[in-house]
Amino acid sequence: METPALPVPEARSAIPPALRGILPVLVALPVLALFQWVTNESPFAVYLLSVMGVNIILAVSLNIVNGMTGQFSIGHAGFMAVGAYISGVMSLNLKEVALSFLPVAASDQVLFTLALLVGGLAAAACGFLVGLPSLRLRGDYLAIVTLGFGEIIRVVVQNTDAFGRALGLSGIPQYSSPYMIYFWVFLTVLVARRIAGSSHGRSLWAIREDEVAAEAMGVDTTGYKVRSFVISSFFAGIAGGLFAHFVPIINPGSFTFVKSMEIVVMVVLGGLGSTTGAIVAAIFLTLLPEGLRSAFNLLGTESTLAQKVDQIRMPIYGLLLVVLMLSRPQGLFGTRELWDVLPRWIPRRRRGLS
Amino acid sequence: MAQLLQHLINGLASGTIYALVALGYTMVYGVLKLINFAHGDVMMVGVYMGYATAFALGREVRGSLLGVALIFAVAMLGCALLGFLIERFAYRPLREKPRLTALITAIGISFALSYGFQLDIGFLPGASPRAFPEVIEPKEWIIIGDRDVVVWNWQIISFLIAVGLMVALQYLVFRTRFGRAMRAVSWDHRVAALMGIPTDRVIALTFMLSSALAAGAGLLYAIKDTSVSPLMGLYVGLKAFVAAVIGGIGHVPGAVVGALVLGLVEEFVVGYAASTWRDAVAFGFLILVLLVKPGGLFGRVAAEKV
Repeated sequence: METPALPVPEARSAIPPALRGILPVLVALPVLALFQWVTNESPFAVYLLSVMGVNIILAVSLNIVNGMTGQFSIGHAGFMAVGAYISGVMSLNLKEVALSFLPVAASDQVLFTLALLVGGLAAAACGFLVGLPSLRLRGDYLAIVTLGFGEIIRVVVQNTDAFGRALGLSGIPQYSSPYMIYFWVFLTVLVARRIAGSSHGRSLWAIREDEVAAEAMGVDTTGYKVRSFVISSFFAGIAGGLFAHFVPIINPGSFTFVKSMEIVVMVVLGGLGSTTGAIVAAIFLTLLPEGLRSAFNLLGTESTLAQKVDQIRMPIYGLLLVVLMLSRPQGLFGTRELWDVLPRWIPRRRRGLS
Repeated sequence: MAQLLQHLINGLASGTIYALVALGYTMVYGVLKLINFAHGDVMMVGVYMGYATAFALGREVRGSLLGVALIFAVAMLGCALLGFLIERFAYRPLREKPRLTALITAIGISFALSYGFQLDIGFLPGASPRAFPEVIEPKEWIIIGDRDVVVWNWQIISFLIAVGLMVALQYLVFRTRFGRAMRAVSWDHRVAALMGIPTDRVIALTFMLSSALAAGAGLLYAIKDTSVSPLMGLYVGLKAFVAAVIGGIGHVPGAVVGALVLGLVEEFVVGYAASTWRDAVAFGFLILVLLVKPGGLFGRVAAEKV
């Protein structure tokens, strides 16, 4: 006997079904056009867009560990450094190699992708190595161990000739384009969102809310924590690889505790557990120093202040964390996403569990 | 052989300084179950206070016993006040919140202090390290053989000060009324409050005590290193924290043993391997200890009660 077809629930959207299929394309086209226009306009805009994209990847990936799983890692820049150096060295060595059956530009991009993946996998392996011992312990140990890991990476790089010691690596081919970066941003966000909605994500949320209870309910807490750590460090490695291929030089100074803190501030500001919150905070905090700089320059009177923006930024980040924790510990969005906090008049899907 | 002895002495000398800082971590962890990330930076602020005092006193007074006592007193009292303020305005409002919140706050304070002091606006000192004045004029006190083994006077003095402070602390925690209150709060602060112990005051005093200890340790470190910089708190603080974890955090003698072990390990790596690896040693050692004995050498991994 044939089972009767289940009734298809009426979609509750104001958008007509015919339009819904091409909606993403309709959204993407103007964005791409804008992109094209901006990137043609000035090299600085390209740079800023690239930095923003890398920061978004870092923030969204850190959010998987710090937000969804409730562990507190403050050594994300270490994984970024692993990805940057491994893929950078690989690209440097493969500079002269070209795949004969492809045009040069395409072959470059293929090799670049390969280098990125290798960098990401190396970072993921490091994440596994660091995560395995420390994730069996309580959260505060993880914070210290990740911080220490970042320092170890820095010391290792400074003592390895292949990584250029303290001088860093220069001459890495500039393969990164904003398109490539935002493709990876898309992938990162996709993975993060899919994890949040999956049963895997449910387990992560359970660990975040109450580890003991989660364990009692049969969640393999260590396994899930290590896995989320590995995924997170993979994307941090990718971000590092992308970063290494658009800045003229990478040195240990680019991946210090300061960088880690910057990412932590993004995640905490956006709301621990909110992917779109991390994105919004990453965009905001990337543009803020630039905005301040030009504002001070426009004012003209305190030109020294404009030069000091980068310096002043750091203590402000620290104070921002304290003030946030005291007044709004859930950050901007809490665990909600952007569309949950948008005003009511914008049509949207009914929320299921996620 | 002589070289080994020399490394042993140097290692013990820096280990005692780590021990003083580590004691602060352990005490605060004991009463609040909070890793006070800002501890190292409070220490750094204390060293700058001592630095300013040393300059205010002038060259003559600085070297005298009175001058040294004054420098230590100003730094330790100033840090006690700073510790009190941090506890009162940053940690106390969060005491009943999830532990992650307090941890993030502590990281934020640490960051604000260590990078705030790198600005060169107003009274802030700026990023570059400064030479710490010779408060204790360096003299070789014990020389064995033909300068094979040299023990400096500051090494002995700082060893004595550190040991003295540790003994005093041990007495305070286990032999006094306040110490008993502290241990009660550490055991369970809610029940302690029900028994009539002023928990707020005990916690505030613990913070002040640990901050004052940190200031003393920081000054000893600065005398040894003859320099101050805004980032010293981060590094010394982290190593001391590692020492506390190695000894089993919350365990007072454990912190001392952990710090001595760490000081020796670091010294031997610098002496026999390469000095550039020095900063990685502490963390590598930490990860190793966590792998083999997660509770530290003396601590126990207590099952969490629900």
